[in-house]
Amino acid sequence: MTQTRSIPDRLQSPAERYLKSWESLLLLVAIGIFVANSFASPYFLNAWNLSDATFNFTEKAMIAFAMALLIISGEIDLSVAAIIALASTAMGAAVQIGVGTEGLVVIGLAVGVLCGAFNGFLVTGLGLPSIVVTIGTMSLFRGISFIILGDQAYRGYPPEFAFFGQGYVWWVISFEFVLFAIIAVIYAVILHKTNFGRAVYAIGNNATGALFSGIRVGRVKFILFLLTGLMSGVAAICLTSRLGSTRPSIAFGWELEIVTMVVLGGVNILGGSGTIPGVVIAAFVMGLVTFGLGLLNVPGIVMSIVIGALLISVIALPRLWSMWRQA
Amino acid sequence: MQLEPGPAVSSKTVSDIAPRLSLKGITKTFPGVRALSEVSLALFPGKVTALVGENGAGKSTLVKVLTGIYQPNEGEIRIDDAPVRFPTPQAAETAGVTAIHQETVLFDELSVAENIFLGHAPKGRFGLIDRAAMKARAREILSGIGANIDPNATLKDLGTANKHLVAIARALSIDARVVIMDEPTAALSQKEIEELYELVEGLKRQGKAILFISHKFDEIFRIADYYTVYRDGQMVGDGVIADVSEPDLVKMMVGREVSQIFPERQQNVGDEVLVVDGYEHPTEFADIGFTLKRGEILGFYGLVGAGRSEFMQALFGITRPSAGQVRIDGAPVTIRSPADAVNSGIVYVPEDRGKQGAIGALPIFQNVTLPSLARTSHKGFLKLAEEFKLAREYTQRLDLRAASLDTDVGNLSGGNQQKVVIAKWLATQPKVIILDEPTKGIDIGSKAAVHEFMAELAAQGLAVIMVSSEIPEIVGMSDRVIVMREGRMVAELTKADITPETLVGHAAGIKEAAQ
Repeated sequence: MTQTRSIPDRLQSPAERYLKSWESLLLLVAIGIFVANSFASPYFLNAWNLSDATFNFTEKAMIAFAMALLIISGEIDLSVAAIIALASTAMGAAVQIGVGTEGLVVIGLAVGVLCGAFNGFLVTGLGLPSIVVTIGTMSLFRGISFIILGDQAYRGYPPEFAFFGQGYVWWVISFEFVLFAIIAVIYAVILHKTNFGRAVYAIGNNATGALFSGIRVGRVKFILFLLTGLMSGVAAICLTSRLGSTRPSIAFGWELEIVTMVVLGGVNILGGSGTIPGVVIAAFVMGLVTFGLGLLNVPGIVMSIVIGALLISVIALPRLWSMWRQA
Repeated sequence: MQLEPGPAVSSKTVSDIAPRLSLKGITKTFPGVRALSEVSLALFPGKVTALVGENGAGKSTLVKVLTGIYQPNEGEIRIDDAPVRFPTPQAAETAGVTAIHQETVLFDELSVAENIFLGHAPKGRFGLIDRAAMKARAREILSGIGANIDPNATLKDLGTANKHLVAIARALSIDARVVIMDEPTAALSQKEIEELYELVEGLKRQGKAILFISHKFDEIFRIADYYTVYRDGQMVGDGVIADVSEPDLVKMMVGREVSQIFPERQQNVGDEVLVVDGYEHPTEFADIGFTLKRGEILGFYGLVGAGRSEFMQALFGITRPSAGQVRIDGAPVTIRSPADAVNSGIVYVPEDRGKQGAIGALPIFQNVTLPSLARTSHKGFLKLAEEFKLAREYTQRLDLRAASLDTDVGNLSGGNQQKVVIAKWLATQPKVIILDEPTKGIDIGSKAAVHEFMAELAAQGLAVIMVSSEIPEIVGMSDRVIVMREGRMVAELTKADITPETLVGHAAGIKEAAQ
């Protein structure tokens, strides 16, 4: 070859990139909502109230982290809430035959993983589109739960089981919040610091190109479905523990809130980009909005309108901004 | 004949008949490429004209100009001596020009009658489609070409041959005066081809002017009356088919001065590195076996559709062969996925760079390290410094031009994207590199760089397989060439025997040239 020319590694420092990122904008929104809430209600800036508020998002966010990876890879799982219902029903049935707390945890996680494996097999093994597969399994999993329970409910969970959803680790810091934080860190490391995470981005940007680069695309996607199922199982344990009972309508409609959280966090719904810090901030934003409106006695249906409007405006604002600047 | 005669054979003229359609001085350019350069063509009523040329000679571009898909930059089209313009495909159809492509655009879920009359169905009251009239007309046309097809049948229930007949019926339904048949026999069996010949005879009797594009010489000599030869976007000859021989046609197709300069190479062939034995696929290829030595460049030549890329992708683990063994350095290996192939030391630079080669939205360094992450990381955790180091080393070797290694590959030019893909594979330290049409669609300067680099790789002991449809490239670069036709190896040529004539002869199945 001719004389060697050197190409610089980067033109923009990582710090500069963070500063201009979606996550920074979202963090400003979160701070704004926090300040607005503290003016709107005198009860907002209370440690116990704020602690309670975290329960609005911790369980959903656990699933949202796994879902973020799945969506970045170009797939989606809409059956997550139905997996919660099935896992919770399985735990409830186990309680009736006297299974203890450890057994319940194992059952909850196992049902989650099995459901994830089933979705993963249908998508990667048979090559079916994930949106169709998981709409199908969404009805299937919750349907099984309805057949078993009808309009009944399972109760009688052992007292120690209550710790997962109702226990506190230190002062106002709940077990669920700690679990949420640990899972956030684990997923951030998986996505941003490992070869596996790099493969997820590569697949989401160009699955054919990734395959032609020697990435085991099917295996990676199958693992992502397993992880999403596993996290649904974890969330099922926490939610069941917190409610102390299982009905077939448990966690109804959560899949949309979870996808909303992921998209609000800056994950491209078409795959290829997004970060875990973004999803963490989005979880706080959604939790703060729900909690603030709750303090103001706003009814639930209005809350979902506000969340929907928030999602659309946060996504539309950058686009409107650039259109306005060009005009 | 009122066309400018080509430099080569053009003996008997046909000026006694006026052409139905004539092209004069047609030029079509794309950014960086002159696909057609002042070409001419004449089609006569009741006659078949064969258009002959290598891959890339400009035949497909010409068809697209004739059917209103492309607009020529210069030149004129005349029908019955009146100038016409085809700004849209509809305009071409209205003027009576219709094409039956290799894969004709028909609609699987519609009925036969609907397919025939889509866009020009007979209208009844209120402008609604008169279904009864449409079916009756369809039945009439189909029986006119001897096709026993129910107009009510859904198209997807028909076989390939019957679909062709529907396409032909559609051509007749618009009262076409000029019928273009682009490789019409590519997907047909021998019996169906015979039926097609009869149909062509029928169309001739009806006075249609027919343009017949084919790579198969036996077909051309069987049904064409006239021929026109294109080479590199220029017309090089035309005349009456009865006055020309197969070797003459081949000479016209390939007889170029080799203007490109290829690097001088010291043949430095070492031990056997790759042995492929009995590779088979149910539909794409059969009985592929060869050996490859260190430092050797093995060319694979054939027409488009000869099964070369399909075989290479099976060797790389994208598709599964139904039978066959691979040995690397004497040890048998099992390749079930590209990951297996890479681990065995076989890498593949695909023809479709945008889709299969590079990941456009990822930065250069991540593209380069993607298959090598196991080496640049520690226990599965990324080490960015190592990645940049590896990417820097290999992109510099290829003289990549980019603002930074953090730039997205999608922002680079085609030639530089190709360099990123090659750097990605060299970083895995492979034993065998397969380059599928490595210089397709890149500019002359980058081409020379890729050729030079290929020679350098071979000199360093890498075994290179080069799939190419460009004869000068095959002749200029290969130590040995395997020619494929219809999924099989038909010839293996050593350096002295690699000439344009033998290549085309074997690829098209011409006996005299192949000896």
